[in-house]
Amino acid sequence: MSELRAQLSEWRTAVARALPPWWSKGLAALLVLIGITLPFMTGPQSGFLNGTITAIAYAVMALGLNVVVGMAGLLDLGYVAFYALGAFCAGWLGSSFFFGVHVHVGVAPTLSHAIGIHLNIVLILIAAVLVCAVAGMIIGLPTLRLRGDYIAIVTLAFGEIIGVLAVNGQSISVGGGMMLTAGNQGISAIDPPWFPGVGSFSLLDMRPWYWLIFAVLLIVLFVNVRVRDSRLGRAWVALREDEVAAVSMGIPLVKTKLMAYAIGAAFGGMSGAFLGVYITEVNANSFQFGFSVFIVAMVVVGGIGSIWGALVGGLLLGYINNYLIPDVLNDFPSHFGLHFQLTSVSFGIFGFLLLLVMVARPQGLLPERRRKLEMTGEVAALDTELGSEPEAGNAI
Amino acid sequence: MSVAEAPAGGTAAPTGAPILIAAGITKKFGGLTAVDNVSFDIPVRSIVSLIGPNGAGKTTFFNMLTGLIRPTEGRITFEGRNVTRSRPDVITSLGMARTFQNIRLFGAMTAVENVMVGHHSRMKTGVFGAIIRPPWVGREELRTAERARELLGYVGVKKADFDRLATHLPYGDQRRVEIARALASEPKLLLLDEPTAGMNPHESADLAGFMRRLRDDLNLTILLIEHDMKVVMGVSERVTVLNYGSKLAEGTPAEVRANPAVIEAYLGKEG
Repeated sequence: MSELRAQLSEWRTAVARALPPWWSKGLAALLVLIGITLPFMTGPQSGFLNGTITAIAYAVMALGLNVVVGMAGLLDLGYVAFYALGAFCAGWLGSSFFFGVHVHVGVAPTLSHAIGIHLNIVLILIAAVLVCAVAGMIIGLPTLRLRGDYIAIVTLAFGEIIGVLAVNGQSISVGGGMMLTAGNQGISAIDPPWFPGVGSFSLLDMRPWYWLIFAVLLIVLFVNVRVRDSRLGRAWVALREDEVAAVSMGIPLVKTKLMAYAIGAAFGGMSGAFLGVYITEVNANSFQFGFSVFIVAMVVVGGIGSIWGALVGGLLLGYINNYLIPDVLNDFPSHFGLHFQLTSVSFGIFGFLLLLVMVARPQGLLPERRRKLEMTGEVAALDTELGSEPEAGNAI
Repeated sequence: MSVAEAPAGGTAAPTGAPILIAAGITKKFGGLTAVDNVSFDIPVRSIVSLIGPNGAGKTTFFNMLTGLIRPTEGRITFEGRNVTRSRPDVITSLGMARTFQNIRLFGAMTAVENVMVGHHSRMKTGVFGAIIRPPWVGREELRTAERARELLGYVGVKKADFDRLATHLPYGDQRRVEIARALASEPKLLLLDEPTAGMNPHESADLAGFMRRLRDDLNLTILLIEHDMKVVMGVSERVTVLNYGSKLAEGTPAEVRANPAVIEAYLGKEG
């Protein structure tokens, strides 16, 4: 086993040596190019494209949660709250729901006389970011003095509170006969995005939707990478590793933790607002505890704390949930004479996948560089014990 | 050296304005009085030791100075500023840094990254600076990394170990990284909590010399908790002895060594 591992790491370093120094940037550019041209390979409308759009939106949420859970080490089991808040931002600011008000900013000409608040999708996304960042800090406040599992319990409760609030919001008046939410009926007929020169997006051509969420993903990835490699990212990891040592080294606990909550929540809100617009409906029923767990599973499968891990985990579970199970494999059991559809056991499938990852690759698919270092470093330590040459230096 | 000769029979050996004054510090944990009415000051550019048997309240006292726990009573003044109820990160940015008795390095970080965290309070990049990354932010990062490497070299960590995970380094080197991390916060007062714990006599002797060098090179004041009497007596200009939470004796190493009460606390009563 250790021989095999040594052989593997040898190959890996050989490959790393053979590649030119710009290869990671080249690879990133290639991936972005593939990402942009992907819809041309499928039709303007396909189950695959639909699955991809949702999967990317999930990946954005996974990237947001990864900031809180992975980088700052604050186990958040109520992340669905930000999905809900973001979606409600889309519902409130992009439909006729608040019928007593007339606000129109940068929307399609056909909507210019409609009742309600109608804002451009960009403004809705910005509003969702701001609202969720503030909400993230508010939810974060009571957890500041807590550690580990206790944080999970408090955030879980907040997730539930937002869910219940969404359902019962139909009896909370905001004046003028208008209610806060539409409860289980849902806020429906949310405006499709509109851009000057492009027109309104329609569900007959999904490609613009895809490019929109792809742009959001790129922004979120960029922010993630920049923040990780900064003073703030280091402070998060330090707090995660040892809170007492971190504050003794001059890291302000409250500010740093709240910043993690705010940034994580902002990404969730962005994704939630997009999904609200994409589904064209905000139904209070869709914000269940299970969804929080689903996002946590994405982060864990990808590799806790790793940006690329969260991306891959989010895309993978998103695809499995929205494309593979409902579109491709749904009839699979019937081939064996079994009378159920695969969608009805999807949680079982996820549970199995999570177990598989935990047993076969506990560090996740694409582990954080630091954790990887921890693993390879241990191998090196083992090698020194056995009297052979350590190679920790080039394991990065 | 600004440290004068000890006045005969006096309690405060080194002269000079105190950088830190702790007055009447008491800490009660429920019914237990861990530290009982201890008054203490540290002259600028001195090396002062705090000793005492296990459980005497030394580390509790340390934790109060650095803001990790708040004293029940008393007042701590650092450079003329009341820091009794200040947060630990504020105290660090004022110029007090510490190491820990049981090494507390950040496990998932390399030695250099650990030291860079120590520089946190001297950096300015906020969240928007990090995202937009204007040139000055890049320069700040670069300077911090360079400074971290300098400091690691200064405390004697091998260059090959700079980018290894800090927790994978040999024990003595981990202590060094911790000192470098504390130095990265550009302190005026350095608090070392049992820095020789787990070191062999040779390494301990090295450390004593190193502390003097630190004080002279970086203009530091050092407060030391230590069990190794050879180090304490060799390096400190003044020794304070705690026993059962209260101050038992204070004076030059020679005075403290000759004090019957101290001998009794350490070795037990004769007969």
